[in-house]
Amino acid sequence: MANGEDLVETLRRFNLFADLDRAQLEAIADPDSERSFAAGERIMRRGMSGTGFYVILDGEASVTLSGEELNRLRPGDFFGEISTLLDEPLSADVTAETPVRVLEIPGPRLEAFLLSYPKVMLRMLVTEARRLQEVLAWRA
Amino acid sequence: MAGVEGVHPPGEYPVVVVGSGPGGLQTAYALSRLGVEHAVISQDDSPGGMFRKWPIFQRLLSWTKPDAPYERSSREYEWYDHNSLIADEPELRATVAAQMNRKYMVPSCAEMEQGLVAFAEGGGVQVRYGCTWESTRQEDDGYVLVTSDGEYRCRAVVFAIGVTDPWKSPIPGIEDVPHYADTPREAREFQGKSVLIIGKRNSGFELADGLEPWARQIFLVSPRPVQTAVLATATVRVRYFEPLEDASWGGGTFALDAAVERIERTESGGFRLQAAGTTRPGPITLEADAAIAATGFRTPVRDLRDLGLGTVADGRIPALTPYWESTTLKGVFFAGNTTQGAAGLRKNGVGSASGTVSGFRYNGRLLAQEIAKRLGMKQKWQELGRDEIVPFLLSELRAGPEIWTQKGYLARAVYPDGSTGIVPLAHFLDHCEEGSIAVTIEMNARGDIYPVTYRRGREEIEERDLEPHHLNDFGGAEYQAALESLL
Repeated sequence: MANGEDLVETLRRFNLFADLDRAQLEAIADPDSERSFAAGERIMRRGMSGTGFYVILDGEASVTLSGEELNRLRPGDFFGEISTLLDEPLSADVTAETPVRVLEIPGPRLEAFLLSYPKVMLRMLVTEARRLQEVLAWRA
Repeated sequence: MAGVEGVHPPGEYPVVVVGSGPGGLQTAYALSRLGVEHAVISQDDSPGGMFRKWPIFQRLLSWTKPDAPYERSSREYEWYDHNSLIADEPELRATVAAQMNRKYMVPSCAEMEQGLVAFAEGGGVQVRYGCTWESTRQEDDGYVLVTSDGEYRCRAVVFAIGVTDPWKSPIPGIEDVPHYADTPREAREFQGKSVLIIGKRNSGFELADGLEPWARQIFLVSPRPVQTAVLATATVRVRYFEPLEDASWGGGTFALDAAVERIERTESGGFRLQAAGTTRPGPITLEADAAIAATGFRTPVRDLRDLGLGTVADGRIPALTPYWESTTLKGVFFAGNTTQGAAGLRKNGVGSASGTVSGFRYNGRLLAQEIAKRLGMKQKWQELGRDEIVPFLLSELRAGPEIWTQKGYLARAVYPDGSTGIVPLAHFLDHCEEGSIAVTIEMNARGDIYPVTYRRGREEIEERDLEPHHLNDFGGAEYQAALESLL
């Protein structure tokens, strides 16, 4: 990713931001919100508070609990919203499996972010509904 | 090619440090004190070359308080002096404070430069000046740096090269707009002019602040609003204060949130900007007599990107691990301002202090320790008896300059065998053994300052926020009780 153009282009491809126009994407594509992790580095740690909301820009990360992989995260996937919205410590670890780049919305700014972009909030809600549906289907 | 005379001639070294700004000098000093053989090269002629160019209006942003609750020669004083490098010897401490004339709380560029020279001379930091790093290649399990004086081979290389290359965001027409770096040094040249500044970050507001007494109108434009809540607790706010106040009262300064679509020259020699509002949507057209791209700088990484260097922030800053190693190139480390590429945990959205001397001077010391460890050298850690741990941690919570300055990034750790040291918090959390404990000073989004304790359990980390104190005195009974419960 050589420049800001690329960050905007990357975000534009993601379902979460599909309703935003170019100016809105530029406002979100804050280069200082971009974070990078080496393969094997921990992105989130179980038991920790004060984290943020992350969208994977490139690379792969695993969600693990006591060493068992629960989920694999890929570009466009997001995480950290539950702990942030509920203001509770993280319930699992997230580890970079390859070099990973993410966009971070710091926890204290998430509410204002979602209220500024209600279409993003709606798409997030749809994703959460799907996750819930999967869990319910699995239990049934 | 110059001869191989002089200090640190081309050849083979375990470690090579590139740069003689505060980051390079601090790392070189710390490597020397640990007995790590190394070379330091710099394209400049003397320490702190950047301060001879920037900031444009010649005064730094971070404060140094000449008088403080602790003696200048003490370690604890470091917290009150955000500009001097750190030393083991009392006489080498507070070298910038010694230069300041007390007219301002922040040093001038000249005072900063003199402080660095005093540190380098007093600390015996040897630098091969006038030696320019030109290109890089990987060889065996190390690197070869090709320089104007010849080739340096090393296992580890530390780039302390600043964030000094002018960078422009990819906006059509911006090639005609002068960069911040080329701004005339005399603000009076802008007398009576309207000025368009692309960028609402530190350099944009530094210009606005400097030009306000002269310019007729100032327009600052960028997509994102100024984070006033974050600014409230940041030392850089002095630059924003007057321009933002003017803007908030509807005076001659405007801070506009807009994505710039293009910039073009007008017939009269001025500039026209077309943009789309972000916070308040809608088209914006502006005309101004002068324009400046305050779009930032990047780390001058030369050919490191071809070797696979990972970056963040629009490709401007190397992406780094908690110990300031490239996330993609093993054995390539960074020191100084560039260590902002290691964000840390950013709990509550609070970042590290690695973009300023106050924070990265500690990074430099720890980096030297980490490199010594990688080279297989034995480290001498301070050892604490069981009864000494709580009093020691209490004194660190009160006045430990590392954890006070690098809030939430650096931690004071104590391991089960009683050894203690300063480590990046992320490293502690991921690599310490069960039963290890650590303390940090942290800040939340409201600006409260409070200690946090960590204990490594078998499965997860036990994290506990302690209460803030109205005088930031974390030495009392409730803090003592919290620390005792960790053991």
